[in-house]
Amino acid sequence: MAVNDNMVKQVELKPEDFRKIDINDKEAEVIQRESLSAWQDAWERLRQNKMAMTALIIMLVIIIMAIVAPHLVPYTYDSNDLMSTNKPPSLEHLFGTDDFGRDVFVRTWMGARISLIVGLAAACIDLIFGVIYGGIMGFFGGRVDTIMNKFSEILYSIPYLLVVIMLLVVFEPSLWTIILALTITGWINMSWIVRGEIMQLKSREFILASRSMGADWKRLLFKHLLPNAMGPIIVTVTLSVPSAIFSEAFLSFLGLGVQAPVASLGSMINDSLTGWLYYPWRMIFPALVISLTMLSFNIFGDGLRDALDPKLKK
Amino acid sequence: MKKSKSLLLMIALVLVIGTVLAGCGGNNNASSGNNTAATNAPSDNAGTNTGNTGEEKLAADQTLKINLSSEPPTFDPQQAQDSTSNAILKLMYEGLTRQNAETGQAEEGVAESWDISADGLVYTFHLRDSKWSNGDAVTANDFAFAWQRVLDPNAEQAAPYAYQLYYIKGAEDFNTGKITDFSQVGIKVIDEKTLEVTLANPTPYFLGLLSFYTYYPVHSSVKDNAKWATAVDTQITNGPFTLTEWTTGQSLAVTKNPSYYAADDIKAQQINFSIVNSGATELLSYKNGELDRAGGPIGEIPTEQLPIVEKELPNEFARKGIASVYYYQFNVTEKPFTNAKIRKALAMAIERQPIIDNITLGGQLPAFGFVPPGIQSNEQEYRAQVADSQYFTEDLTEAKKLLDEGLKEEGLDKLEFTVTYNTSEGHQKIAVAIADQWKKALGVEVKLENKEWGVFIEDRHNLNYQVARAGWSADYNDPMTYLDMWVTGGGNNDSGYSNADYDKLIQEAKTSADNAVRQEKFAAAEKILMDDMVVIPIYYYTNNSLTKEYLKGVTLDFSGAIDLSRAYLLEH
Amino acid sequence: MFRYIFNRFLHMVVSLFVLISATFFLMKAIPGDPFTSEKKIPEQILQRLYAQYNLDKPVLEQYVLYLKNILKGDLGISMKMLNQDVTHIIGQTFSSSLKLGVVAIIVAIIVGVALGMLAALYHRKLIDNVAMVLAVLGIAVPSFVVASLLQYLLAYHWKIFPVMGFKGPMNYFLPVMALTASPIAVIARLTRSSMLEVLHSDYIKTAKAKGLSWFSIVSRHVLRNGILPVITYVGPMTANIITGSVVIEQIFGIGGIGKQFVQAINTRDYPIIMGITIFYGVILMVARFLTDVAYVAIDPRIKLAGRKGD
Repeated sequence: MAVNDNMVKQVELKPEDFRKIDINDKEAEVIQRESLSAWQDAWERLRQNKMAMTALIIMLVIIIMAIVAPHLVPYTYDSNDLMSTNKPPSLEHLFGTDDFGRDVFVRTWMGARISLIVGLAAACIDLIFGVIYGGIMGFFGGRVDTIMNKFSEILYSIPYLLVVIMLLVVFEPSLWTIILALTITGWINMSWIVRGEIMQLKSREFILASRSMGADWKRLLFKHLLPNAMGPIIVTVTLSVPSAIFSEAFLSFLGLGVQAPVASLGSMINDSLTGWLYYPWRMIFPALVISLTMLSFNIFGDGLRDALDPKLKK
Repeated sequence: MKKSKSLLLMIALVLVIGTVLAGCGGNNNASSGNNTAATNAPSDNAGTNTGNTGEEKLAADQTLKINLSSEPPTFDPQQAQDSTSNAILKLMYEGLTRQNAETGQAEEGVAESWDISADGLVYTFHLRDSKWSNGDAVTANDFAFAWQRVLDPNAEQAAPYAYQLYYIKGAEDFNTGKITDFSQVGIKVIDEKTLEVTLANPTPYFLGLLSFYTYYPVHSSVKDNAKWATAVDTQITNGPFTLTEWTTGQSLAVTKNPSYYAADDIKAQQINFSIVNSGATELLSYKNGELDRAGGPIGEIPTEQLPIVEKELPNEFARKGIASVYYYQFNVTEKPFTNAKIRKALAMAIERQPIIDNITLGGQLPAFGFVPPGIQSNEQEYRAQVADSQYFTEDLTEAKKLLDEGLKEEGLDKLEFTVTYNTSEGHQKIAVAIADQWKKALGVEVKLENKEWGVFIEDRHNLNYQVARAGWSADYNDPMTYLDMWVTGGGNNDSGYSNADYDKLIQEAKTSADNAVRQEKFAAAEKILMDDMVVIPIYYYTNNSLTKEYLKGVTLDFSGAIDLSRAYLLEH
Repeated sequence: MFRYIFNRFLHMVVSLFVLISATFFLMKAIPGDPFTSEKKIPEQILQRLYAQYNLDKPVLEQYVLYLKNILKGDLGISMKMLNQDVTHIIGQTFSSSLKLGVVAIIVAIIVGVALGMLAALYHRKLIDNVAMVLAVLGIAVPSFVVASLLQYLLAYHWKIFPVMGFKGPMNYFLPVMALTASPIAVIARLTRSSMLEVLHSDYIKTAKAKGLSWFSIVSRHVLRNGILPVITYVGPMTANIITGSVVIEQIFGIGGIGKQFVQAINTRDYPIIMGITIFYGVILMVARFLTDVAYVAIDPRIKLAGRKGD
């Protein structure tokens, strides 16, 4: 570094240039900014994000509708009426009727109930399992990584359809079996994303700093590495909700999940596909609910990501 | 990604299993018969008439475009066992007889004439001069060789349909290894052009059977090449067309065979087959002019669109009854379905017509018996002589009464059971509708359970169910193909049903040469079957298809097997 | 590095062995066999068919036989598509899936990364919102719906592309669009998310302070550092796309390997199930290996082999 000697010489400091201010040592240490926990802090920032809050409200509305709506109309999800099949939306049937003359409104919200339960539960399990597994893989590296990585690759490569048929043979169809079938390989993708992130992050300076201060691996992983990998994790979780919802339709179809006449949003769309040109309402309404759910989940997820990310702090 | 993959699997499954279902319906194991299937369906012009429209102007380009919803698993006539292979092999080979498109009668094929002995046991066939696609003459030896291939128990490749030849004397014994000398089998080459066949029992439908693919000849060159049927250039055929192009899972093409003896009758130059397992795609392609024909038995029109295309394209839409029956069967070995009254109550409580009008949508016929229309017996259609309405009727009050009686006999106060079906949207809808009718009419508790195809069939064979869906198509044109399956211990009797009177009637029909007697026995046996209500008949199948107005000469037989060999295009 | 590659190769062989074993026994455990049908084949003929394919032997013996054949490089012949070599079937069907897949992957990466970058650079502006809504739609609308809509509108209604088939370049458009809708969305979101992180990091501020041009900041720093999660995703995605998408193949009439695989499972065509599983396994493992190599190439701070004492 070339330091300009002339400049140094020109400024001469004398003792009278300094003045002792009247403050004690304790006050100097007081933090001016209001003390907030990480979560309070995140919530504050989330609240200021209008898009995210709108998304949250839509989410809540959908959840409430899924609970309440089926009780608002005088039909049940399985009341057939072969005299009024495939009727377009009307005051009598808000969303029209399907090929059995069943009310699409009731079925949509009943379906939303099942799809939400399944989608959220599967996403949560994927999240927990995938983050822990991927975190350990990425953090420890070496032999641990190799073995765990191989295990996940093998599991991922076993034909999923065979696994599902096996589950179908072993278990009675129920919501739990669906969630099991969805998560049995669903977490793998998450674990790979996390592994990649951690591998990248662990050579950073802040990890070195923390390590040199004697942090153990738990602290490093859960306090430093994972929070910094939050962005891709949240994106992956929000992505896994819709894929879980659609996979559920596939499982129901195979006979593992909810059995007809109970329906989920995925299976309703699936059923309506061959006739969508002529009976568009049978596809549009469930698809609309799914898309709205996804849209709000994703926007909220983005907001959450921004709010949680320590690097985006102002 | 794994999950989005599984979503893809879902659709695939819908389609693949849909094909299996289609296969169950149109699995024509034998094409034969004396008459076309009579049909009660409204618009029967599936067998587009072969040219009496006065002035027909042929299109210059005689290339047909047809879709297959599944790939033929084999081009070896002795190994085939499905309807798609049937359609393709019919183009590539010709047996001793072939089926007349209009009458359904067996007429001269490679054999130009035949003599039948007075006892109906010995058939002597006189072969015409005809050639293989490589120029070799087709001889009686080629038939004997092909049939020996089927029956040989030591063949490198066992033929699953060998039992189609069991009508021939000694064939079953040779096939099961009880005799080892093929000369003891009733197949005798008199000379190059004369073949003598001796049967085990008089079989009125034998001439029809001869037009079926298991009976096709194969060229002797296949002996030294186990993989002859897996490549395009090693296949030597004697039919109107030869296979000229094949991309696995993608497309096939057959081209007119100039060596075929009746090449002058063949107007199409080439038939291009696409292999697409999606009814929606097939229909759009058809409407777009990328296909000349859509729908069954080798293609598919989505069920929900049937009523729509029927209205939109009335001149192209055709519906034809085919000899297959859709039914629910009971596991009669387990309570509560050991009780015939309970079984009958359920049968009577189904309203079939609303299900057909709203769910199956293909103009199927409500079924009250087990033998479908189109099956011949005693020179006439069986169903026309033995009406199925005599067995039972839809009657809710009677059903309720029977159920109450049945439950009392069993000491139950309510009925709860599970209906099992294999995964398919079509089966599911029917099950939902029937379960709903039962709930409403009888107040019973019905649980639905769908199973993957392999699991389902295994469970059904092992009597691991209460009520299960099933379907049966004809192996040959005779009521026997439906009725002999319910004999005690029958290979396909997976209901556990056993009735000595029934067994006796079937045995009597089998050994009788008198058509009137057989007819009587069949009617009596079917009555027992329906009185015991081992199966609940739901509907008799129909085949629905769309054919462009310029495509002529496509025919369907009684079982719904398609013959494209005489098809041609008009100028358009 | 060679040592590393050699090690990875050894691991792959071990993994494949475990995969083969697991799949083999799982496949044998599920009910049904290739000769299950609604019309039962008579018992004595059935027994002969079983004997012909060694299905009459105990499962363990079948397993050993299969392993022996694999070591000889013999994947066997199909039990349903009579006498056809498994390698031939895989070869024919995979070539279609690969052709389509390569195009789809290239399109997905280019469009996805571009969309994600735009969204990140214009964070919380209109472009960002539009791009993200598009992305969410790409995920929320399942590919079979996208495919059906595209087919109806572009092929049937406007007659721009053929409805089905796989013969010429025109046949690529619809399947590629349907195939890439979801990957584009995922890539765009991952790119955006990780790029936002990078944009706020110190070295970008430094780069800005140094007066580097906007273009070189983005191309040399942001893209390079922000692309890692995308690569993590693209690895398995590549494996997934080139191994064939059943729905797309069904709907557009493409004779691909995905369709073949599902058909094999449904009909219990054991040799094909095994053959394609091994094939898929190899592709996935190679893709994952390349992903790891790409990590190192892109971010030199990452060490793959893992230091001792970590």
